[in-house]
Amino acid sequence: MMSALLTLTALMAVTGLVLLWLGRRFERDEDSLVERINALLPQTQCAQCSYPGCRPYAEAIAAGEADINQCPPGGDAGVQALAELLNVEPKPLDESHGEHKPPVVALIDEDRCIGCTLCIQACPVDAIFGAARQMHTVIEAECTGCELCLPPCPVDCIDLIDRPEPYRPPRPDQAAAVAPSVIPLRVA
Amino acid sequence: MSTPSVGETLHAFPGGLTLRHHKQVACQSPLRHLPLSAHYYLPITDRRGQTAELIVVEGQSVRRGQVLTRARSDFDIVTHAPTSGRIGSIVRREGIWPPGSWTDCIHLEADGLDSAVEAEPLTEWFEHDRYRLIDRLRDRGLAGLGGAIFPTAAKLRGDWGPIHALILNGAECEPWIACDEMLMRTRSDEVVRGGIVLARAAGASEMVIAIEDQMGEVGQRLSDAIDTCPIDFPVRLVRVDKIYPEGGERQLIQVLTGLEVPFDGLPQDLGLLCHNVATAVAALEAIEAGRALTERIVTVTGPGIRQPQNLIVRIGTPISELIEAAGGLTGDAGRLILGGPMSGNALPSDRMPVNKGSNCLLVLTAAQVERVQPVMPCINCGECVRVCPASLLPQQLFRMIEGERLEAAADLNLFDCIECGCCAQVCPSHIPLVDWYRHGKAARRLEQLDQRRAALARRRHEAREARLEKEQIEREARREKRRQKLAEGSKAQDEIRAAIERAKRKKHSDPSAE
Repeated sequence: MMSALLTLTALMAVTGLVLLWLGRRFERDEDSLVERINALLPQTQCAQCSYPGCRPYAEAIAAGEADINQCPPGGDAGVQALAELLNVEPKPLDESHGEHKPPVVALIDEDRCIGCTLCIQACPVDAIFGAARQMHTVIEAECTGCELCLPPCPVDCIDLIDRPEPYRPPRPDQAAAVAPSVIPLRVA
Repeated sequence: MSTPSVGETLHAFPGGLTLRHHKQVACQSPLRHLPLSAHYYLPITDRRGQTAELIVVEGQSVRRGQVLTRARSDFDIVTHAPTSGRIGSIVRREGIWPPGSWTDCIHLEADGLDSAVEAEPLTEWFEHDRYRLIDRLRDRGLAGLGGAIFPTAAKLRGDWGPIHALILNGAECEPWIACDEMLMRTRSDEVVRGGIVLARAAGASEMVIAIEDQMGEVGQRLSDAIDTCPIDFPVRLVRVDKIYPEGGERQLIQVLTGLEVPFDGLPQDLGLLCHNVATAVAALEAIEAGRALTERIVTVTGPGIRQPQNLIVRIGTPISELIEAAGGLTGDAGRLILGGPMSGNALPSDRMPVNKGSNCLLVLTAAQVERVQPVMPCINCGECVRVCPASLLPQQLFRMIEGERLEAAADLNLFDCIECGCCAQVCPSHIPLVDWYRHGKAARRLEQLDQRRAALARRRHEAREARLEKEQIEREARREKRRQKLAEGSKAQDEIRAAIERAKRKKHSDPSAE
């Protein structure tokens, strides 16, 4: 009887110590959670979520300060992915932060640009190329369409255009109505 | 690696379909030249989206075979003037792919004289270095005429081991296309000699010509041509069973050798090289006659065309002219298809020009393309798995793409799909499977592009943050330095003030001394 009690107590003590050590050794890594959240964000760096960039927003989500539905470029799909990662209920995008729009890129009207460099300073990904009193241009492949260069421009010479995308055939179930079953041809 | 025996014994590839052929429809009329047209349109962007480097200017007079664009590498295909005339401006024409696209073309206004540049034949070509032959083929604008338009020079020269055998692909397996059959029937000598040119350029030690067993007199003509060929080179003729898609490069290699080309590899990795028979004839023209590739045979056929036939067409001719030459469309014509019925593309108009890969213009009737049965849910019957020549699981791929699980579809080897259309052909639920795969492949590529863009944006943002932080620290350091300087400066002023004080005190004490 006594030996059984002692054995169990010893066993519990050892297990407890092992668990304590494991808990210390493999501490839940807040940084890696931030990294994983950040990997799901679109990296537009547009600050529409009211944080200064994607990583600060990821940190705020990890700390429980921000909700998962504040990223308009990510859209509902982004919210869904975050909900899956964090194991919480997905919710619709919070429209107060902006609406989900098709991807755009900035284009500088070179005739109107005065070379003030204000947009270069505003660009979060250094995608604008130029120098003082020289014409500026947007590196299309690196522009995230964050729109942060628009407000500082004193001559309003930046336009947003649809981002050129490679052709993607439509889903056959959605294309059924438009798919050309009979193509009008010139009959010779 | 041991060299595989090619065509000694025939093997089978998985799946495939036996289709009824309609080649005779176009082969009943003799092969003839399409009359010269007044306008030609030559696209300047290639399939990779690269724009060619033009070496002619607007208003310049050119002759047939004159070079219009420069090749910067083996992967560029040189464009030549298809006839003599005047170079017009760059115009936008409807493109063949993607549907609804527009492509920039050189507009050539023909003068009707059809005068050609002086041909430079390369005599005694069998004695020349193979790289000289490859350069020649590149400069004469050679590209795969089977439909893929892959630059011939890039296929012949590359980073792989020695090529053992050249396979000349005459197994034209699409049911309606007959341009290769017509070519082998009318120019069998040139097919054999042209094949030897390519084999020589590839450094191969033997050549195998593969044709389908139901091509009638083609086999006899080719074996006669092999017997009478003046060049001493081992050539064999192999007849393969008529089963679709046997004309596919990977399928044909599997039939002839029993070996599978690795999904991430090339036939060259097996010491084999596959070229189309029409490419061989064009290669012979480029070497022996010294002429550039400016024309090809196009099959104009189908129940929607009045006089189906094979035409020799200059590259750049608008498709509408082919239809006109073949007697025009019948009243019930409903769809234009470029390529075969199984793997071709529907054309939105007849304004686009013929390119080097346009092997067949098929016109189907409205009744044929009308969807009679609605699309039903997949019943998991497995017919698609049985016919898939790439050993994929088409029903699983469909399910993954339908559920937007593109990564899972890619893991099921979606990108090994050759879009042959066998699965869609046998599907009892009439699911347009190939359309799904085309959508899935493009959507997956876009998804990966988005991931790459996000990674790039993140890298650049982090680099910018680091730079701003560094600048901030430097600014702080400068400010600190200034403050110190200022503090030092105030010490100096204190000393001056102290000196003045001392002087004053001295002055005050002096009168008392008086």
